[in-house]
Amino acid sequence: MSLLRVEGLTKKFGGVNAVEDLSFDVQPGVVYSIIGPNGAGKTTLLNLLTGIYQPSAGRIVFDEHDLTGRAPYEYASHGIARTFQNLQVFFNMSALENVMVGRHLHERCGLGTALLRLPRLARAERACREDAAELMRYVGLKDYLSAAADAMPYGALKRLEIARALATKPKLMLLDEPAAGLNPTEALELDDLIGRLTGRGVTVVLVEHNMRLVMGVSDHILVLDYGRKLAEGPAVTVRNDPKVIEAYLGSAVAHDGSLGNAVASAVAVATAVHR
Amino acid sequence: MLALAAVIALLPLVLSNKYSYDIAVLVGLNAIVCIGLNLLIGYAGQISLGHAGFFGLGAYGSAILASRYGWPPLAAMLATTAAVAMLAYIVGRPILRLRGHYLAMATLGLGIIIFMVITTEDKYTGGPDGIAVVPFSLGAYVLQGERVWYWVVGGLLLLAAWLALNLIESPAGRALRALHSSEVGAEVVGINAARHKLMAFVVSAVFASVAGSLAAHYSGFVTPGKATFLHSIELVTMVVFGGMASTFGAVVGAAALTTLPQLLTVFEDYEMMVFGAVMMGTMIFLPRGVVPSLARLFQLRRRKDPASDGKGGA
Repeated sequence: MSLLRVEGLTKKFGGVNAVEDLSFDVQPGVVYSIIGPNGAGKTTLLNLLTGIYQPSAGRIVFDEHDLTGRAPYEYASHGIARTFQNLQVFFNMSALENVMVGRHLHERCGLGTALLRLPRLARAERACREDAAELMRYVGLKDYLSAAADAMPYGALKRLEIARALATKPKLMLLDEPAAGLNPTEALELDDLIGRLTGRGVTVVLVEHNMRLVMGVSDHILVLDYGRKLAEGPAVTVRNDPKVIEAYLGSAVAHDGSLGNAVASAVAVATAVHR
Repeated sequence: MLALAAVIALLPLVLSNKYSYDIAVLVGLNAIVCIGLNLLIGYAGQISLGHAGFFGLGAYGSAILASRYGWPPLAAMLATTAAVAMLAYIVGRPILRLRGHYLAMATLGLGIIIFMVITTEDKYTGGPDGIAVVPFSLGAYVLQGERVWYWVVGGLLLLAAWLALNLIESPAGRALRALHSSEVGAEVVGINAARHKLMAFVVSAVFASVAGSLAAHYSGFVTPGKATFLHSIELVTMVVFGGMASTFGAVVGAAALTTLPQLLTVFEDYEMMVFGAVMMGTMIFLPRGVVPSLARLFQLRRRKDPASDGKGGA
């Protein structure tokens, strides 16, 4: 039984189909990567999968609930969390408070309780603070426990978004280019973090350009091109799919010489194809 | 909080006459409105140019129920507050969908409609002439005199600040601050942004309404003047001047801009120009408002001092 089922999903912006008649299933417990050239519709897809955009056609079924047309906070309450390519950190708060905001769904707090600061709330707040601190340590931000969000470096902010998303206790985590802008060491640490997420029982949908990371952690890969499915399958199959090499890896070889060992074989094939 | 309590407790030492007590009471009432309005503007990041309307409704609700229909003032105030909360909820639902300029225009329209209703329904409100209001009384005890009112308003101001600070530090307050910074970011962690904006709107309307009711009983007379668009602008100016997202900033803003016109009575006709100048000056030189700017300056000083000591030592 799949955790996420997407059926015939289409998103039109004016006359352009950013996502077109896209169907796929994500099984629980996997790392499901979505790759494709710039403008392939990856971020649009994530925005559809979190209710930020409403689809022009198609259905999104998550955990047996049809969420099509729902608001973003409803997607979150069903267990879909995400991070953003262009950060959406709350810069007017401390790092810890950012993660505490992520616990919003699990805080029961009426207006009266909040205004009068009843003892019940004080206890819940302490627990919330401790949980948030624990999550910050989990993603490797223990040095920033008392930092203000606007004083943190870029790499740490990316982790902060992951901690905030984790605080919602998601079943599915959508990571939008988590490695973009990170230095190689930080990117390497991401492999480990993503591995630990699935270890916690969180299914991961990863949108990423860093092929070393994608090939290293993915169980399943979906390749998008112009909003359509170009290929889909287990990582090993997709890596060797000539269509994919042509459309994606082929151009990647031309523009990006720093591909990792994981795709060395694909690169070899790609080079052969280009000859 | 303690500092505010201390100021309220010690202020009578320098208040020499009835007139200065009178101004202090006005400051207190405005500060209550500003603390509420600051929840909406400073924390939730939503503008309202119609809060004088809620202030006016509070004042007239109390005036009409207590003076015309002989309700006990406390009951009149509670009923009025409940009605204003309901109105804010009903009106807030659609208009808080709007953003930026559109929200400003919608709240401005709301304020103007309330003002028009108050001015034209002269059968109940006395129209532009206003109506007299009975003094506030609890049972046989009648609340009268500037000094008594000073302590009552001072106490209520502390209560308002306490409630606001509690709200800000609660999960709901965090949600408000979060959606102010990134609405998308707040929504994807499960925050219903529309609901939280509406909550801030209703709470701020309630604060304004209560202050309006008190003001009516205190001055013994209400006119539509307090429900005008200009008064809404004054309130927003106080919040912006004192410092957005700073509860004590709201109090300082209310204090400064309530006292200023009294001190500059020579400018009477130009009061609004002074307000405009203060608003512009704040936006240009202290965009974060007086209190946050000073707090930041103080922090920077403290951080710098040990460094300069180090240099001196070497």
